[in-house]
Amino acid sequence: MELPNKEAYESLIRRKILFFILFISAAFLAFLLDIAVGSSGLSLYEVFSTIVFPASSDPTSSVIVWNFRLPKALMAVFIGASLAIAGAEVQTILDNPLASPYTLGISAAAGFGAAATMVLGLTLTSFAGNVLVSINAFIFSFVCFFVIYFIAKVKSASKELIILTGVALLFLFQALVSLLQYIATDDQLQNIVFWLFGSLENSSWSTVTICLLILLIFIPLLAIDFWKLTALRLGDEKAKSLGIDVEKLRLKVLICVSVLTASAVCFAGTIGFVGLVPPHIARMLVGEDQRYFVPLSALLGSLFLSLASIGGKICCHKGVFPIGIATSLIGVPFFLSLIIMKRSGSF
Amino acid sequence: MKLEANDLSFSYNSHPVLNDINFKIESRITALIGPNAAGKSTLLKCMAGVLEPDGSLIINEKDVKDLKKEELIRSRSYLPQDSKTNACLSVFETLLLGMVHSLSWKVGEEEIEAVSNVLEYMGIEDLAMKNINELSGGQKQMVFIAQSLIRNPQLLLMDEPTNGLDLQHQLELFEFIQKITKEKGMTTIIALHDLNLAARYADNIVVMSKGMIHSSGSPSSVLTQKTIQSVYGINADISVDTDGILWIKPLNSVRKVFRS
Repeated sequence: MELPNKEAYESLIRRKILFFILFISAAFLAFLLDIAVGSSGLSLYEVFSTIVFPASSDPTSSVIVWNFRLPKALMAVFIGASLAIAGAEVQTILDNPLASPYTLGISAAAGFGAAATMVLGLTLTSFAGNVLVSINAFIFSFVCFFVIYFIAKVKSASKELIILTGVALLFLFQALVSLLQYIATDDQLQNIVFWLFGSLENSSWSTVTICLLILLIFIPLLAIDFWKLTALRLGDEKAKSLGIDVEKLRLKVLICVSVLTASAVCFAGTIGFVGLVPPHIARMLVGEDQRYFVPLSALLGSLFLSLASIGGKICCHKGVFPIGIATSLIGVPFFLSLIIMKRSGSF
Repeated sequence: MKLEANDLSFSYNSHPVLNDINFKIESRITALIGPNAAGKSTLLKCMAGVLEPDGSLIINEKDVKDLKKEELIRSRSYLPQDSKTNACLSVFETLLLGMVHSLSWKVGEEEIEAVSNVLEYMGIEDLAMKNINELSGGQKQMVFIAQSLIRNPQLLLMDEPTNGLDLQHQLELFEFIQKITKEKGMTTIIALHDLNLAARYADNIVVMSKGMIHSSGSPSSVLTQKTIQSVYGINADISVDTDGILWIKPLNSVRKVFRS
């Protein structure tokens, strides 16, 4: 005999999968549109045929798509996914809906790394130009992460300690960035400000590959612990009594979140909103069963960054519109409308 | 089920909270009573595996250190004092988490059946698809008890389960705890502040004071005026009602806790 609750549970799961399919389609459409929109407009059909049949496509379209727009569009997808996953997991391990990957100071540290290269030429490597800025941003993100990890490991990996250390480092690196802005020349200042706004302009096939590899490594690492992370939402004591090593889990997720955030920030600067709000929307739609919550957060992050990229290109035909501004301008009204329409406690 | 503690001690940041605790508990309901900071919750957490104490804890004549992790998780369930959660999960999903150690990516038929059975057993099938945050305090407590029962534990540990519940819910909850303890042949240990609930529903009472066990035994042997005065610092009138249940009426404090 079919149990009535089994049916209800299966229907709940079907609903979650439906949201997943819906947003996969939306993210894919936004990705194609992101490639199509630009100073020389392409139709969706041209985009699709250039990607699927590159040999038989128009050479100009092929160059535009393969050399310029596809890497940027893919970076929007991967960076959006990385930041949203990092945001979802930071909110989970810190039991704090206001937390984002940036709460831990990682982006501020990356900003300092980038600004230090631009102003002082301060570097630990021998690369040049934009690559150097990215590498330094990544290195300083990790300096920030190691300080948090070290303190959490030595004291206790409690959520309060991690938040406080993160916030302290956030202020420290913000102050250091302000100091660098204060002593920078006009050109350097302009570069720093533009980097801090966030941009996909430095995207290339190598940055795409790195971001994809990081996602491919760290998503499965997180997925192994999806049930444990869901149980962590019941509180540390309950999770411990269920046999979960809470401190170890928190430190492991902290490593994953740091790498995902650092990889996104070092190539695209500090893009706000994506690490904070898509997880909230995903939570409203499918709840906090991590098997659905994390993939949907990733899809929403990709969708929003693609839409922001399209919006930026439409608003600013000739120049480059900072994508970090566009994400907030497009996402916040949508998020507020969801909050207003949301039934209490629904998902 | 037999539970035995030998020289159990625990310190928070080198501040001793439990000192050489020794006891033997066999089946049925045991109430852990004592004033604030007596070490009741810490002792429960040590028994639940949330904290790692010094000394040994023996379950059915086996030291917990020698038991496999899965065996330990299955054998005991713990309901913390603060079961509040702002998690966005349905009741069904919350109950599934009681089996987190055995869940794989796809939830199996067995697990779905276990959740359905416990919902039916507790009489809360209608709550299955509700968000845990939509429930009242009493309903939430029932859900967390259901989550504790889903693994059919031999040892159920509850820390102040009546916190925030009105009188009706307190009585109903204890009657339910009494019923499940008997039906499932479990050992239930409950940390409590309400001496009358302890006197009425517990088969055995352990009195704690300053991180040590002051006395233990049946309610009538433990709940005496002398014990209450020495442990709680109050005078109390103790009578027996027509059903033979002890009734403790606090009269006045014999030592000041708050300065006026």
